[in-house]
Amino acid sequence: MGKRSDSRTAVERKSERELVVTRIFDAPVRIVYEAWTTPDLFKRWWAPKSSGMPLLSVEQDVRVGGGYRVVFSRGGSQTMAFFGKYIEVVPNARLVWTNDESDEGAVTTVTFEDKGEKTLLVLRELYPTKETLDASYVGMEDGMPEQFEQLDELLVTLVAGRS
Amino acid sequence: MTARLDASFAALSDATRRGVLEQLERSDASITELADKFHMTLTGMKKHVGVLENAGLVVTQKVGRVRTCRLGQRGLEEEAAWIERRRQVWDARFDELDKVVEDMKRKEKANGQKKR
Repeated sequence: MGKRSDSRTAVERKSERELVVTRIFDAPVRIVYEAWTTPDLFKRWWAPKSSGMPLLSVEQDVRVGGGYRVVFSRGGSQTMAFFGKYIEVVPNARLVWTNDESDEGAVTTVTFEDKGEKTLLVLRELYPTKETLDASYVGMEDGMPEQFEQLDELLVTLVAGRS
Repeated sequence: MTARLDASFAALSDATRRGVLEQLERSDASITELADKFHMTLTGMKKHVGVLENAGLVVTQKVGRVRTCRLGQRGLEEEAAWIERRRQVWDARFDELDKVVEDMKRKEKANGQKKR
């Protein structure tokens, strides 16, 4: 176990309901923030090829109360949409949005911290219950080995059985 | 950790072995009980349990003539696998974001030079 030294993304389960992702980007905050809030830019990175789910469209109305909608292709004519509302918008500092595609979606908070010519990005996902965090991300790695899904399903069962 | 995950994946690639784990989640069981439950020979079940044991998913203990199986203490490894899976999602995404911000920086620099 332990941290992989070649990885620049750190993921930590802060509590039963909270997942925290951290990464430093080699660009000033205004550039990183722009890449998160401009649909044409966001579209270029949110769905990496390895995810196996191409992004079809991105709409973002980045202001408090404004909505967003991200649509993925699931092959053929099948699509999958993720959507919600921005509940906090502090330009070049902080974004908070809801994930409304499911009844028990997380609230996502992204902070952009100025580190000179670099940016410390911290993303937090707060789920309504332990179980929803346990079961999160299922189906997001269609490009990954099938065994991963099997392992994850089993872990969810085991974890659920213990609590 | 990778070797352990490999062993886990191999162990979990079989429907009977996944069934055995689910069974042990409910209660400990002897190899004979498991063989009966899954309509297998004792030898066949011993092999499956051996694979699960090697992966650390199951622990066995022989008392007298009965070998009892229970779930292994895999809490930390389970958590590590769970975290690793999510980390891969964000790492792949942020590698792409890296490329986008590099591109933006380059364009900004080029524009700045034109203005001068």
